[in-house]
Amino acid sequence: MREQFRTCPRTGLIFHRPAENLIKANAVAAVVFLLVGGFLGLLVVLTRWQAVHLLGPDTFYQALTGHGVITLLVWIIFFEIALLYFCASTLLRSRLATPRLGWLAFGLMMIGAAMTAIAILQGGSSVMMTSYVPMPAAPQFYLGLIIFAVGALIGCFIFLGTLVIARAERTYEGSIPLVTFGALTACIIAIFTIASGAVILVPTFLWSVGYISQIDPLMYRVIWWAMGHSSQQINVAAHISVWYAIAAIVFGARPMSERVSRMAFLLYIFFLQLASAHHILVDPGVGTEWKLFNTSYAMYLAVLASMIHGLTVPGAIEVSQREKGLNNGLFEWLRKAPWGNPVFSGMFISLVGFGFLGGITGVIMGTEQLNLIIHNTMYVPGHFHPTVAVGTTLAFMAISYYLVPALFQRELVLPTLAKWQPYLFGIGTSLMGLFQMGAGTLGVSRRHWDMAFAGSPFSFEYGGTAHMMMGLAGFFGVISSIGAAAFIIIMVGTILFGKRVSEKSEYTTKRPARLPRAEPAPDHSNIGVAGFVAPGTFILALVFLATFVVYFFLNFGYLSSVWPMS
Amino acid sequence: MSAILPPSERIWWKQPIDRAEGTWVAIALVWCLIMFFMMPYWHVYGKQNYKGEAYRTTPAAFSVKVEEMVQNHTVRHVTDRNIPVVRPPAGSDVYLLARLWDWYPALELRKGETYRLHMSSMDWQHGFSLQPLNINMQILPGYETVITITPDSSGEFTIVCNEYCGILHHQMLGKIYVVD
Repeated sequence: MREQFRTCPRTGLIFHRPAENLIKANAVAAVVFLLVGGFLGLLVVLTRWQAVHLLGPDTFYQALTGHGVITLLVWIIFFEIALLYFCASTLLRSRLATPRLGWLAFGLMMIGAAMTAIAILQGGSSVMMTSYVPMPAAPQFYLGLIIFAVGALIGCFIFLGTLVIARAERTYEGSIPLVTFGALTACIIAIFTIASGAVILVPTFLWSVGYISQIDPLMYRVIWWAMGHSSQQINVAAHISVWYAIAAIVFGARPMSERVSRMAFLLYIFFLQLASAHHILVDPGVGTEWKLFNTSYAMYLAVLASMIHGLTVPGAIEVSQREKGLNNGLFEWLRKAPWGNPVFSGMFISLVGFGFLGGITGVIMGTEQLNLIIHNTMYVPGHFHPTVAVGTTLAFMAISYYLVPALFQRELVLPTLAKWQPYLFGIGTSLMGLFQMGAGTLGVSRRHWDMAFAGSPFSFEYGGTAHMMMGLAGFFGVISSIGAAAFIIIMVGTILFGKRVSEKSEYTTKRPARLPRAEPAPDHSNIGVAGFVAPGTFILALVFLATFVVYFFLNFGYLSSVWPMS
Repeated sequence: MSAILPPSERIWWKQPIDRAEGTWVAIALVWCLIMFFMMPYWHVYGKQNYKGEAYRTTPAAFSVKVEEMVQNHTVRHVTDRNIPVVRPPAGSDVYLLARLWDWYPALELRKGETYRLHMSSMDWQHGFSLQPLNINMQILPGYETVITITPDSSGEFTIVCNEYCGILHHQMLGKIYVVD
C-alpha cells in the first residue's frame, strides 16, 4: 500500500490515510453503541425512579445488563482503539502498522459486540455485566465478549507496532509525547486486562456449554475483577491522556514537568493489578491481610497518581494562561478560560467530576471497613458514573468536538447545542451520581427492580429521603440522557450533513516532516504568586484534599454507628 | 503544544520539579499513607470489622445445620408463608441461609448479646444487606461466612438481598428482630 498522508488545514494534524479510516470506523461504531447503551441507561433510570417505574422486572434486568456491557465495554473500548491509533499514527506522524489487521480487529470487535448484544436481547442472558457464576448466561454472551476482546487485543498490538515503526523510521525527535506515553500506559494495562479476561471468560464459556462442571464463585470474582477493575484503569489512563491533549490543543499548555506526569502514569501500571481486591472486601474466603494490602499496597500509589494528574493538568493550563498575560490574582486564568468551547468545558467538567465525585468515593469504597456500609448499594453506581461517564465518556466527547471535524473535514453542526452539551451531560450525570450516592448511604440497593419490594412476604419501607434521592437521581439521569443524545445528534449530524470545510486537504505520497521537539519552556519568574507558578490550581487542590479528608472521616463516623461486628 | 510533542529536553527526566508540584506530591503521599494506616488502626481500635472468618461448605451440609437450629429454637411463625422465627441462645452459633428468593429463617436476637452469625447460599450469589443499619456482606454458594455481631439497638431489622439473583430478586427479604 502506498503511504498517503494529508495535513488537516485547521488543526495541522497529519493523518495517514489507512489510520484515518480506521479511526473514523472505530469512532463511528463507538457512537452508534453509545446511542444503544445510552438509551438503555435512560430506561434504567426511568425504572429506578420509583414514581415512574417504567419497565417490568424482566426487561429491567435485561436493559441494565445491556446498558452496562454496551456503554462500559463497547462504546468506551471502540473509542479507545480509535484513540490509540490517533496517538500512535497521527501524533507521531507515522504510518500505521498492519492496517489490514486493523480491519480484522474492527470486524472481530463488531461481531463480538453484536453477538453479546443479541444474546442479551434474546433474554436468556440478563446476568448483569459482571455475569457472576453460577447464574448462567447463554454461551454466546461469553463468546461474544471473548471475540470482542481478541479484536481489542489486536488493536493494542497495532498501536505497539506503530510505535516501533515510528521509532525505526525516526518520525519524531527525542522521546514520544506525553499524550502518547499515556496511551501506551492504557495499552499496557489493556493487555493485562484482556489476559485476565481470557483466564476467566474462556473457562466460563466452556462451563456454559457443559465442558466444565463448576466454576468457583469466589475465584470467578477475584479474576473477573482483575479484568473489570483494570479495564477502568485503561479508561483513566486514556481519559487523562485526553485531558493533557486538550490542554495542549486549546491552550498550547506544556506539562508542568514531564518527569512527574510520566511517573504518575507509570504508577498506574505498577499499582493497580490486584485492584480486584476492592470488589471482594466483604467476601468470604480471602483473608483480611490480603484485602488490606491489595486494596492499597500500603500506600494507595494509584490514587496518588490520579491526585498528581489532578494537579498537573489544570496546573499546565494555568501556567499557559499566565504566560499569555492572564496573570492577575489566583483565578483570572480560569475565569477567562474558553467556557463556551465544548472541547475545553467538556474536559474541565470531566476533570472536576472525576476528581471530586468519582475519585474520592472510589477510595472510600476501597477502604476495607468502609466497604461494609457501601457494598452493592446505590453508592456504587453513584461512584462509577462520575468516574466513567463524567470522567471518561465526557473527556471522549470533548475531544470528539476537535477530532471529528478534522477527520471528516466537515464543519460542526448545531454549534449552540454543542456549547451547552458538556454542561447538560456533565452536570446531569454528576448530580445523578451524587444522589445515587445519597440513596446508597441510606441503604438502597443497586441492581434492584423495586425498592418497595412488591410481592415479598415481609415488608420494608425506605424513608422518604431515600425515595427523594432516587427520584432526583432519576431526574438528573434524564438530563444526562438528553446531554448524551445531544452529543450523538451533533456527531451524526456533522458526519452526514456538516458543511464541507472550504480548505483543500489532499493526500500526498510525500512523507511528513519529522515531528520536532516542543519549544523549551520560557522563563517563569514573572508569573504566579509567591514562588508558585500555578497558585490557583494549588489552592483548588487543597480544597480537594480538605473535602477528601473530611468525607473520609465522616464515613468512619457513620461506620462507627452500626452494630459492633467482627 | 508540548504534551502532544516530544519533550523539549532530551534528558527530560532530569528537569527540576516545580514547587507546587513537589509540595502537592508530598502532601498527597502523606494522605495516602494515612488512609492506609486507618485500616489496620480500625482493626485494632474500631468496633466494626469483618475479620474474614469463613469456611468451605456445601448447600446440603449447611442446610442441615440450619434445620437443626430451626427445630430446636423456633418460637413462633410469621407471615402467610409461616416462616419460622428462631430465638437462639445468647452467644451461640446462628445459621442464616440465602436462597432464591428468601432468607431463612427469621431470627430473634437479644440486644447487647453477641452471636456468631453463619451465612451461606444454596444456589446463586446473594447479598446480605441489613436495613436500616446498612451493613452489607457478599454471600457465596460453597462458602460459609461467619461474622460475630452484637446488636446494640432493638427493633425490627430487614435483610435485603443486594446481589442481583434473578427475576424475583426484589422479593428476597428476611428479618432480624432484636428484643430488649
